[in-house]
Order: sequence, then C-alpha cells, then structure tokens
Amino acid sequence: MNQQTIITARNLDLTFETNDGPVHALKDVNLDINKGDFVSFIGPSGCGKTTFLRCIAGLETPTAGEISVNGMTPDEARRARAYGYVFQAAGLYPWRTIGGNIKLPLEIMGFDKAEQAERVQRVLDLVDLTGFDRKFPWQLSGGMQQRASIARALAFDADILLMDEPFGALDEIVRDHLNEQLLQLWARTEKTIAFVTHSIPEAVYLSTKIVVMSPRPGRISDVIESTLPRERPLDIRDSSEFIEIAHRVRDGLRAGHSDDV
Amino acid sequence: MKSVLPILTVIAAILLFWVVSVVPMNMHLVADQAQRDALVVTPDTPAARQDYSGTGLALRNPHLIPLTYTFVRPRLPSPHQVAGEMYKTIFGQKITSKRSLVFHGWVTLAPTLLGFLIGTTLGILLAVGIVYSRVMDLSVMPWAIVSQTIPILALAPMVIVVLGSMGVQGLIPKSIIAAYLSFFPVVVGMVKGLRGPDSMQLDLLRTYSASKSQGFWALRLPASAPYLFASLKIGISASLVGTIVAELPTGARAGFGARMLVGDQYGQPLVSWAALFAAAITAAALVGAFSVIERITLKRMGMNAS
Repeated sequence: MNQQTIITARNLDLTFETNDGPVHALKDVNLDINKGDFVSFIGPSGCGKTTFLRCIAGLETPTAGEISVNGMTPDEARRARAYGYVFQAAGLYPWRTIGGNIKLPLEIMGFDKAEQAERVQRVLDLVDLTGFDRKFPWQLSGGMQQRASIARALAFDADILLMDEPFGALDEIVRDHLNEQLLQLWARTEKTIAFVTHSIPEAVYLSTKIVVMSPRPGRISDVIESTLPRERPLDIRDSSEFIEIAHRVRDGLRAGHSDDV
Repeated sequence: MKSVLPILTVIAAILLFWVVSVVPMNMHLVADQAQRDALVVTPDTPAARQDYSGTGLALRNPHLIPLTYTFVRPRLPSPHQVAGEMYKTIFGQKITSKRSLVFHGWVTLAPTLLGFLIGTTLGILLAVGIVYSRVMDLSVMPWAIVSQTIPILALAPMVIVVLGSMGVQGLIPKSIIAAYLSFFPVVVGMVKGLRGPDSMQLDLLRTYSASKSQGFWALRLPASAPYLFASLKIGISASLVGTIVAELPTGARAGFGARMLVGDQYGQPLVSWAALFAAAITAAALVGAFSVIERITLKRMGMNAS
C-alpha cells in the first residue's frame, strides 16, 4: 500500500478574537494523513474538530504552525480545487434540479457541457441516485439530499473529500445506510476522506484512523489506528475488535474531559 | 375557489357602506336643489337645514332620498353613477379623444412604466453596490432612506418646474418622480435578497474557488428572486402614485391626475371619481400581472410561491 502523506499539520495553533476575548480553538495540533486514509475527527462540541477541517480546506487561517495539503498551503490547494467539501446541511440550491446542483462546481470550474452531463450521471450512479437529476431538492428526502451533496463534492474528481458531520442531522437508520454506502464509495474511488463526527460507532465503523479531540483549548488527545479490515459489513460493529476500539475512543474522550474541571 | 366568498363579502360590505353613505353626504345639496325646483322641503330655509345632520334631514324628507342617488353634482356619487361615468368615458369615446379615460390612462401609464423601469434598474444597481461595497453600504443607504421621508407632494412641483425651465417636459419629468418612488422598495428588497445566502452557502462557493461574479450569478441573484418580486409589486404601484402626484400640481392637461384635478376644480365630481377608480383598477392590474409573472418564474425555478 502506498503510504504517501498528503496532509500534514505541524504545531498548529488558532485563536479567534471574539467580543468576549480570545478563544483558543486549536492548540499544538500535529497530524499526518496518508493517501487513501479514512480519518475521523471525534470530540465534544468546541474541541476544534470542525475548525481543523476548515483549516485543511483553507476556510480558516491558523495563527501559528504549518499545514500542507498535497504539498501546497491550504489556500493554494483550495484554488487548485484539491478537495470536495460536504457540509452538515446538504445546502442544495432550491432553484436548481439535482443535476443542476451537481453541475454547479463543474460550471464554475469551466467544464464543457458534454463533460458536465457525463460527470453528473457518473456521480449520481456513485451515490445511488440514478434518474433523480431532474428532480428538485424539495422532492427528495433529507438522506437523499445529503447524498446529492456528496455527489456534488465528488463531481470534479478531487482526491480529498472533507466531510463536516454530513449525517449529523439524519436519523440513525438512514445514517447506518449512508455509512455503509460511504464505505463502498470510498473503496471504489480510493479517495482520502477526513470526516468530522460526534458519534463513536460512526467513527469506529468508518475510519482507518480515529483522531480524538478535546476542548478548551482544542487539541488532539489520542490518535487510534484502526485494526479493522478495510472490508466492513455492518455487523462488524458487534465484533470484540470493534468494541475494543470504541472503548479506547471513549476513554480518550473521557480523558480529554477530566482535566478541564 | 374557496377564496371567492370572503372576497365577495368584503366587496359587498364596502358597497353597502358606500350606498348608505350617499344619502347623508348629499342630503343638504339635494334639499337646496329640491327647494329651487319647488318641492316641499322641511325645514324650508338653507340656514335652518344647517342645524340638521345629513341623516336627520333625510329622516324629515324621506321623499327626497331617491334624489340623492341621481344628483348631478354630488358630494359623494353613488356607485352606479361612477360606473356609468366610467363606462361612458372608457367605451363611449374614441380612445384618441380627450374625453376618453383610456387616453388619459395611457398618458399616465407610459411615464409609470418608464419610471418603474428606471427606478427598478437604479434600485438593483444600488443594491448590488451596497452588498459588494462597504463604502456604498455606509454612504448610499442613509440617503436612500432620507429620500423617502421627503413628501413627494412637495418635491414633485420643484422637479417639474426645474426640468421645465431646462426645456424637459412631458414624459420624462413624470417618469423621474415615478422612479424616485419606485427605486426604494427595490433597493431594500434586493439588498435583503442578495444578502440572503448563509455563510455555509458562501463557504461552499469558496471551496470551489469561485469568483465574485460567479457567486453573484449562481447564488446571490437567484436567491434574491422572491424578494425582487415582492419589491416589484410595491414599486409598480408606487410608480403609478408618483406619476399621478406629478400630474396634480403642475397644470397637466391629460392623465389620471389631471382628470382628478379638473373634476375637482370644475365641479364635476364624477370625473374625479371615475379617474380615481380607473387609477385603482390600473394599479391592481399591474400588481396582478406581476403576481402572475412571479408565480410562473418561481415555479420554473423550483420554488413554490405562496
């Protein structure tokens, strides 16, 4: 397996200046993400997991430290369209059809019409929404809308997929189903995925690497390399190995909490 | 269809109020005329009748009540008189005649539409400037608000006179007044609409490294469509009011405003009332037309207009 490092963070610090004084969102964050990894960031709210993802995306600028994505600064990587970003809400434009929404990044990036149509069909197949390209967002369920937003992030073939609690607003049955689909999609496309969540089973089920974070200041308290195989049926969640990893994640979360009392 | 009954009920209530009001409003005038026509009137002097209210006088002279509905120069005309006058001046005249309400309607409608076009264009441009430039946000918005606090009735004659002295007459000065009234709702609505997209939607475009103009055409402009239509409906009726006001104080010889003034000055209330109603119907038709365009456009955009 190719162990090329594509995202590197060294001594990353980020402080937000707010009206209530400075907020230390990230402190001394060090992390390497290898090509093809599925990395989950887990932790309570305020632990900086979303902020770190936004730093990778070049949507926030760290106050100190270094971060590189594909050997570039995050801002350069953003301009080079190195990643697709999936937000917590699907955020589809209500005035565009599903196909039209997926075309949005393609139009902005200047793909020609024929290629746009071809890519829309391909990513709709990938997220199991074949035939829905002419529907409007309000005609789809929440889970289907979120799948469409994943298709939108996949459409321009970026190697990296950044996902910020994409299934956080969905119910557990839909979420299980989408988790399973996401793993299949990851296996087929060989993307590198960084995934923010606050669900322990979700993090353990999906990830090759779990980054446990703790708040005030936001920092990494544990990095767990998963020993689970890449091929994961849903019932792997009942195996002793899975439960053991989940335990370690829970311990990491607890340790992060105990020292801020 | 279920909305028909409430609408009819309200119309019936307004008509009833109108019909009932005609009697007391016109009673004194009718009594004076009846006395000149040698009819029996109690009390029998105008001075004595002044002590009575319109209703009181009607109760003492019930035989005169029918006359209040057909009086030639009423203070308040009855609905059928207004309808008759409108029918006569809309269908009974060639539309090129100076007595035709259609002619006067066009004289008012043309500057209304031109002014609306100018006002809407200006409003959209200002809104785009305000949203994209902090300097414009801080400098233009206060003036736009101040501009709407000046009574248009005070401003209109000045604009007409100043432009007239520069040799600009007819359509343009009226259009400017109309534009002055219609740009404001468009500015306010469009600023709100263009600022509508939330930070997540703006971040999404940043992840695509989209340019400002791509963000405008792909996100901000379509997101503002519902606001634009709401503004256009207010703007078009404001334009019509502006044009009519511009016709009032300046001795205009044609247009709804001129008809209202002429009717008032020459003791022909029916002329004023017919013009008033024609203007109201025109405004309703214009707003209605925009509602239809709104519904079609938003439906095509996949948004359900309520």
